[in-house]
Amino acid sequence: MATVFGATSAAISVSSNSRKLHLPSRRSLPGRRAGFLVVRSDAGANPNAGPRRAGQLITNAVATKADAAAPSAPSKPGHELLLFEALREGLEEEMARDPTVCVMGEDVGHYGGSYKVTKGLADKYGDLRVLDTPIAENSFTGMGIGAAMTGLRPIIEGMNMGFLLLAFNQISNNCGMLHYTSGGQFKIPVVIRGPGGVGRQLGAEHSQRLESYFQSIPGIQMVACSTPYNAKGLMKAAIRSDNPVILFEHVLLYNLKERIPDEEYVCSLEEAEMVRPGEHVTILTYSRMRYHVMQAAKTLVNKGYDPEVIDIRSLKPFDLHTIGNSVKKTHRVLIVEECMRTGGIGASLTAAITENFHDYLDAPIVCLSSQDVPTPYAATLEEVTVVQPAQIVTAVEELCQ
Amino acid sequence: MFWQVLDLPDGKVKFTPEMRFISESTTERESCYRVLDDNGKKIMSSNYAEVSREVAVKMYTDMVMLQTMDTIFYEAQRQGRISFYLTTVGEEAINIASAAALTFDDIVLPQYREPGVLIWRGFTAQEFANQCFSNKADYGKGRQMPIHYGSNKHNYITVSSPIATQLPQAVGVAYSLKMDRKDACVVTYIGEGGTSEGDFHSALNFAAVTEAPVVFICRNNGWAISTPTSDQFRSDGVVVKGRAYGIRSIRVDGNDALAMYSAVYAAREMAISEQRPILIEALTYRVGHHSTSDDSTKYRPVDEIERWKVERDPVTRFRKWIERNGWWSGEAEIEARNSVRKQMLHAIQETEKVEKPPVADMFTDVYDCPPSNLVEQEKRLRETIKRHPQDYPSDVPV
Repeated sequence: MATVFGATSAAISVSSNSRKLHLPSRRSLPGRRAGFLVVRSDAGANPNAGPRRAGQLITNAVATKADAAAPSAPSKPGHELLLFEALREGLEEEMARDPTVCVMGEDVGHYGGSYKVTKGLADKYGDLRVLDTPIAENSFTGMGIGAAMTGLRPIIEGMNMGFLLLAFNQISNNCGMLHYTSGGQFKIPVVIRGPGGVGRQLGAEHSQRLESYFQSIPGIQMVACSTPYNAKGLMKAAIRSDNPVILFEHVLLYNLKERIPDEEYVCSLEEAEMVRPGEHVTILTYSRMRYHVMQAAKTLVNKGYDPEVIDIRSLKPFDLHTIGNSVKKTHRVLIVEECMRTGGIGASLTAAITENFHDYLDAPIVCLSSQDVPTPYAATLEEVTVVQPAQIVTAVEELCQ
Repeated sequence: MFWQVLDLPDGKVKFTPEMRFISESTTERESCYRVLDDNGKKIMSSNYAEVSREVAVKMYTDMVMLQTMDTIFYEAQRQGRISFYLTTVGEEAINIASAAALTFDDIVLPQYREPGVLIWRGFTAQEFANQCFSNKADYGKGRQMPIHYGSNKHNYITVSSPIATQLPQAVGVAYSLKMDRKDACVVTYIGEGGTSEGDFHSALNFAAVTEAPVVFICRNNGWAISTPTSDQFRSDGVVVKGRAYGIRSIRVDGNDALAMYSAVYAAREMAISEQRPILIEALTYRVGHHSTSDDSTKYRPVDEIERWKVERDPVTRFRKWIERNGWWSGEAEIEARNSVRKQMLHAIQETEKVEKPPVADMFTDVYDCPPSNLVEQEKRLRETIKRHPQDYPSDVPV
């Protein structure tokens, strides 16, 4: 994949992307905008330098308040919205820009999607471009793949990520493979997205973390959004990418509020996001755990630590450049994830860091994950399966001894 | 009597006080459409689509090419020159006649027993051989096993081994054509065994709901490797399933080239003009083994195979019809067979001279551009090859 490098102020069009924007001539295109601002994720200032709530340790970081890092926003005022609205905005902008972009999934049409990400789109673009499908995940994923091979750019929504297990055959055998096995003749620019992760008492089947199951599939890319800013940016980038991209959203993050720029921007699919620069320890995380980590970071700062928090965002491939630079600086790594211990993203990341940067490590990598159990329904039990800020604080203290 | 008809969410339904179960089968099986009799003579009252001399002769010579290719490549596998092959023996009429009824704009998603469609569209002996021998000139760059052909310029999507995955994809392709309002349809093939897969059911359902212009052609050839149809389903074959999804369907004699041609021709018209899917069940018999990894005499009687091979060969049947029309002769037959055989053998000879795909081709096309992990893996591989050249084949370019 071409990595897109940051622009500083002026809007420029990046040549590597403009080649990929060529569409087959049989479809008429709307006027394309002249260029767009591509922002490197770590270019912004860090607003979380000091302690905010001294002495207040909140164990359940339900991420509804946007205390998270502000995006690297330029001086314009921007507008405020919730994460699911940011996803919709990204989706809508891409649908307006490119007539080949379409959406398919269960209840995405007039119902607007189970989390309202596609609300209003069917009214605007019609029932064909925002397609309500019958309940057969393997089939509508297959349908998306077929449509992609013949020039469309479908966004396939799984009502819950867990349901996409039914689509595993199509995702692994065809989505990831057909570009390769056809010798590059057929490409599959699909985006597969949906809510996943552990929610609030949704039951085991609706609390799955599929990123660990999909990470081995060759040919796909995986990204996880965590803020309205990166949700919109990653959605747009995923749609524009010619590779199949799986965009992992989290059930509990849809109502996060943030102010995002008015002007157009796209995030890079392969870059991690520097949330809080620091010196003592590198904490790698993604999706909802970012908020638990930031909660723990406040406590840690009170106790005199200086953690560096990186939201890895790109789950496949890992941004070893950003991660490596951080490891070389701090020499200690803590990974905080929601995946199960066995075979999770953390396990894979631990291996990658050890292989590439073990000379720089002063201590073994610590990985905090969920236990290898299906998520129980009872609220107290559910809470304990997910890594909590208190555990993160303890882990950092032990790591830094 | 009131309450005789009630307005339900999905329409009006008449009520009855009689408790009557719909029978699991009709008293008679669904009849099978045919135009030529067993001797290749046109049946008097048949309605069918006319085929010109030119088209008929091309259909026949393409069937000959398919038969010849099957014989020669099967032999090549037995001689160890390729690792795998599967034949289309007995299903030549389905392959060629269905292809002949389409235009080149119609997009084809095959299962794996339909190379005849490529033959009709001009795929050469050399192109087939390149794929089977996995050399540098293969359009798939040597990444797929033999018979997994694919060619975007022939509108033939690359064969993928898992069964029935192409069916929902076909609906997606049709969806794409619908958005473009193109005067073209999608044709996808499946064996009767594949109709047991979940993808078959949801694809047909989707196609009906999305009003997609797809023609589903099911080659009911009696055997799914060693599983006979009696172990595959208990319905009257596949054609009756169409109605369950609200899809217009027909059962056709798959060994009758004219019937196949007519049915596919009509199906295509309906699919495009009415924007609806059509299901065609072509009854036939898999004369060959499932593939070179199978010996079907182990699970079915040899005389059954012989009977279909000799008495019901679709190619012979069609030849009798074109001969009767004065469009073919014994000399033409000898000429055609010799010429095609020579072509095939020559293609194999040439293909064995072509280089194998280079190591670089292992890492391209996984993504649009290789990411850093693949670049690194390729580098490591090259270093390893350099350090231990004796462990790696010398004829593979690095």
